[in-house]
Amino acid sequence: MDLYVEILASTIRYTVPLILACLAGLWSERSGIVDIGLEGKMLFAAFIAASASAVYGSAWIGLILGILASICLALVHGYAAINQRGNQVVSGVGINFLAAGLAIVLGNEWFREGGRTPALSGAQRFMPLSLPDLADVPVIGALVKIFLAHSILTYVAFALVPLTAWALSRTRFGLRLRAVGENPHAVDTAGISVAKLRYMAVIIAGTLCGIAGAFISTSLSSSFVRDITAGMGFMALAALIFANWRAWPALGACLLFGFLQASGTFLQGKHVLGFAIPVQFINMLPYLMTVVLLAGFIGKSIPPKASGLPYVKDR
Amino acid sequence: MAGGRSELPVWVDVAVIPLLNLLFALVVSGLVVLIIGENPLEAMWIMLKGAVGSLKGWGYLLYYATNFVFTGLAVAIAFHAGLFNIGGEGQAYMAGAGAAVVGLSLEVLPWPIVIPLAIIASMAVGAFWAWVPGVLQVKRGSHIVITTIMFNYIALSLMGYLINYWFRPVGKMAVESREISGAYIMSFREVAREFFDLRLPSTPLNFSVFLAIAAAFAVWYLLWRTKLGYEIRAVGASTDAAVYAGIRPDRIIVITMAISGALAGLMAVNEILGAQHRLVLGFVQGAGFVGIAVALMGRSHPLGIILSAMLFGLLYQGGTELSFAKPDINRDMIVVILGLVVLFMGALEYAFRPWLTALFFRPED
Repeated sequence: MDLYVEILASTIRYTVPLILACLAGLWSERSGIVDIGLEGKMLFAAFIAASASAVYGSAWIGLILGILASICLALVHGYAAINQRGNQVVSGVGINFLAAGLAIVLGNEWFREGGRTPALSGAQRFMPLSLPDLADVPVIGALVKIFLAHSILTYVAFALVPLTAWALSRTRFGLRLRAVGENPHAVDTAGISVAKLRYMAVIIAGTLCGIAGAFISTSLSSSFVRDITAGMGFMALAALIFANWRAWPALGACLLFGFLQASGTFLQGKHVLGFAIPVQFINMLPYLMTVVLLAGFIGKSIPPKASGLPYVKDR
Repeated sequence: MAGGRSELPVWVDVAVIPLLNLLFALVVSGLVVLIIGENPLEAMWIMLKGAVGSLKGWGYLLYYATNFVFTGLAVAIAFHAGLFNIGGEGQAYMAGAGAAVVGLSLEVLPWPIVIPLAIIASMAVGAFWAWVPGVLQVKRGSHIVITTIMFNYIALSLMGYLINYWFRPVGKMAVESREISGAYIMSFREVAREFFDLRLPSTPLNFSVFLAIAAAFAVWYLLWRTKLGYEIRAVGASTDAAVYAGIRPDRIIVITMAISGALAGLMAVNEILGAQHRLVLGFVQGAGFVGIAVALMGRSHPLGIILSAMLFGLLYQGGTELSFAKPDINRDMIVVILGLVVLFMGALEYAFRPWLTALFFRPED
């Protein structure tokens, strides 16, 4: 029983960076900009957040600086994709390299621990909400542990799902942004700046990746280490495709992938129904499922029409 | 892609723009070195000396370059067909299993038979790991970029499982196979000691370096001297025009992906058969991604790829020496340079163009 509670509670924890990165990808790609660089932005934000938090002693300062760092990288991507009309996939790959390299080089220089940042504690971390100890109460104790014993960022992340869904389908800004991802010419004809909308989307994506990164290094763990994001940015990309570029299904996909990650962690070396399940197969599942889905064997995924295409004004 | 923009002389396109981009990448990295509080010029001198100032430096440089030629060619040939194969990392990793299976199971046969078979097995497995995304794009419409990314992670888990549960001898702690003695490609150092009684510095450089040159020549010949190569380039230039010319793009996409994967797979020959001599966890170590930078830098031409692979070999070897000499500058500085090269060469490649065009075509001309 305890094992299941643990798995579910950590499912929620693992889902947080996934859903944040997934929503980042959603905003970006809905505006027509493919973002392979989710991983790099999260990683760099995780590094800056952990560093700033260690130096200034406040997780909130870490969060803010982490977001700013991530936005900087997002703007580089935006400049390449919007102004220079460069290849967006290549730009994303470049950003992933740049982030991975800079984090280690700067971290090594700042803290002399080969790229690690100092261990964080107390106010330097986003800690779980402190609740009365209900561990002994049968059902309520378990429910509290699964749903309520998390840090504030967890609730921010989950609240952003309805917010994104609402903004993209009910607000003027959201509708225009989606139009830019489907048919930028029409939006341009209506006298709205394509570049401005796309920059907004890129900055929102940067912000969300920043929160995700700060969560990873100051809440999920207590310092930055090499490759701390461990492919979560790409898993979020997979979830985005799985969710067909929509916010609510994205939550479902991220919860599912988060659950698989949590099971992978807790089932390592354990026997289920008499079988020892190699943890590698659980780790592989999200990617395998995405490949199968993309191949159209379960439903069909339709990306935004103008996604990945630079916008060239006709003269 | 850049219609109406490429009136620049060819040599500007082929040489000046890559060099200018490289220069910018180096200047930005120099700034990072400066922020760290070291002298960028001194750092560069240490890197150069470490990589080309000794026989040992050259040995490592060429050994790294061998890996990068394979993965660079893999990315480049896909580029020529208009495809972006980000999966070189996974294809090379899987190919290691192919090389190891043949090398370990055919130990009884003499090496002149086993080594070629192991090389073919590497290529076949690498080709298969790229062929599947190709088929999925053609038959089911899933995009190669996304599928190859997913295949990298699937390869990561699958190889982790295979090495842990199948290749690792019982009771051995290190997660690796036993020595692949059946397909042991000797390093130049071992050859020199064994047959010529010469002492060379200890480097993993081996005969795979010739295989890399041969592969580069083969890719050049294929692309510019054969019908298939013409068809690959035609599909890359314009799918519609290719169809009009009687080419079946679907067939070309699948074939190109398989060739691309086979080239990436050759990386395992250098690394597993030539250097490590056992199947090691995570042996690719990013070489598949470096291939993207190499292909961009080398303008997808085999000769350019050999040169840029050597440049990155220099950065890798020089960077290692630099991190020994200056502990403040971490070896990951190379990754920063890589990222900048990819950004400048791939995504911002047109940034210098208007400026250069203005330089070449003055208003009064």
